[in-house]
Amino acid sequence: MTWDIKFDFETKFKEGEIGKMMHEAIFAGFGGQGVLLIGQLLSYAAMKEGKNVTWMPSYGPEIRGGTANCSVVISDEEIASPIVDNPNLVISMNLPSLEKFVPRMRKGGTLIINTSLVDKDLKKYPEGADVFKIAATDKATELGNKMAANMVALGALIGRNEIINLKTLKDSLKDVLKGKGEAIIKLDKKALQLGYDLAKEKA
Amino acid sequence: MGKKLLFKGNEAIAEAAIRAGCRYYFGYPITPQNEIPEYMSRRMPEIGGVFIQAESEIAAINMVFGAGGSGVRVMTTTSSPGISLMQEGISYLAGVEIPCVIVNVMRGGPGLGGILPAQSDYFQATKGGGHGDYYCIVLGPSTLQELVEVVFLAFDLADNYRNPVIILADGVIGQMMEPIEFPPEVDISKLPPKKWATTGAKGRKKIILKSLFLDPEKLENHNLHLQKKYKRMQEKEIRWEEINTKDCDLLLVAYGTAARVSKKAVAVAKERGISLGIFRPLTLYPFPYNQLKKAVENGRAKGILVVEMSLGQMIEDVKLSVEGIVPVGFYGRTGGVMLVVDEIIGKAENILKEVM
Repeated sequence: MTWDIKFDFETKFKEGEIGKMMHEAIFAGFGGQGVLLIGQLLSYAAMKEGKNVTWMPSYGPEIRGGTANCSVVISDEEIASPIVDNPNLVISMNLPSLEKFVPRMRKGGTLIINTSLVDKDLKKYPEGADVFKIAATDKATELGNKMAANMVALGALIGRNEIINLKTLKDSLKDVLKGKGEAIIKLDKKALQLGYDLAKEKA
Repeated sequence: MGKKLLFKGNEAIAEAAIRAGCRYYFGYPITPQNEIPEYMSRRMPEIGGVFIQAESEIAAINMVFGAGGSGVRVMTTTSSPGISLMQEGISYLAGVEIPCVIVNVMRGGPGLGGILPAQSDYFQATKGGGHGDYYCIVLGPSTLQELVEVVFLAFDLADNYRNPVIILADGVIGQMMEPIEFPPEVDISKLPPKKWATTGAKGRKKIILKSLFLDPEKLENHNLHLQKKYKRMQEKEIRWEEINTKDCDLLLVAYGTAARVSKKAVAVAKERGISLGIFRPLTLYPFPYNQLKKAVENGRAKGILVVEMSLGQMIEDVKLSVEGIVPVGFYGRTGGVMLVVDEIIGKAENILKEVM
């Protein structure tokens, strides 16, 4: 089947188009890195701050051992579609996700790259993008558990682009991680703060 | 309405069903709706309800038949291949007039297909699916808030009309999360009594629920009775939404997730100077034929673009509605491939070029 539609990439990346109305995020990495969880945490925090929000996971067979991702849309207005074609916020926890989603980013977005697992640099980044590289897995390991790398990355994203209050994110952990135990919540709070501080430091 | 809760679509269906008075759930696992039986297996025992993982979808729908026949609020959920297995049971439920709610979280077909979202079971849901002259009420919600309200509505419609109600959702609706508020809980003890139900014949005349009528005249009469009921549904239960239908160049017609992507296309197109409107049916059976025709007659749209996550099913009802007064184009992706906003707008522009 062919589609008689021409893509107008010039228009797609035009400054400001739909960008002012809402934030569209894609968080991607290997299955098990907790990218779906940080999407849920951000969504919950956004709801707490009275915003409209949608969260949509990739649930295809590629999750097993491959890549996982989720799309989060946050807006003050009613959200039409939960499907994100062109994100303005991307967290890339591994190389395949970087190569897949960065070319689809809107102009002037925020990109967080986990350099602990991404040792390659892309030739080109979207125009006007704020690219922040952070060794999230290494930083989390220093905190005591590499599993908190997702939180370091999310903290860094908020440090670069404060779409949600960091405190709201931290306060949301106890609800999103219900039943996971105090130790994990404490570690994740620290990880969020560390990512946030590092991103602020280099701002 | 209560407080806002962040819910996954599938879990919202399960919780809404319980709050709407459903105490009997029978199902068999299939992606992308597995969170529903999982949730029910945990919640039903807490509230004294019944959860059974049946040995197959065929067994599940016949358990629904038994429970519904006794007059209780009952639900089953599955995804496309599972609905195909249930068709015999659904025909019997419609024939015997047993109220029940059936949820189809659609995935790509035909056959085993894939596990990703699709809307390719529209024909099956709205045009019968099983054998015989029958219809199920079919609801196609778009957001998770509408989804939970539709679950309550489905149980009420099922009881009011003594008819199976199908909620036609898809993998996006099932898997996504969105803040929702549940409507007030239904008090089962206050629901109208079902005098036709088989509740035990002690002290009264026995009741037989059956779809077998060997006498042709009796069977024809039964069918005429069913048709009268379907006519009542067509008169009273049609629901739809219109956005900017009066002042648009082109009208998009879409339901469910396709309608959400279409709404985004309307917003993006507006910034590019293209005026689009949306006509969104919520009841897919009964379909808003007259309402859609009126929307076209009362607006200035020069054409229609039907947007579906299939290769063209609802478009047939759209064409029947507008009876050729404007051209009807189509854009669809299927097999789990998502609709793309830019492709909707590109297709809309192509149609407008042809008609302008």
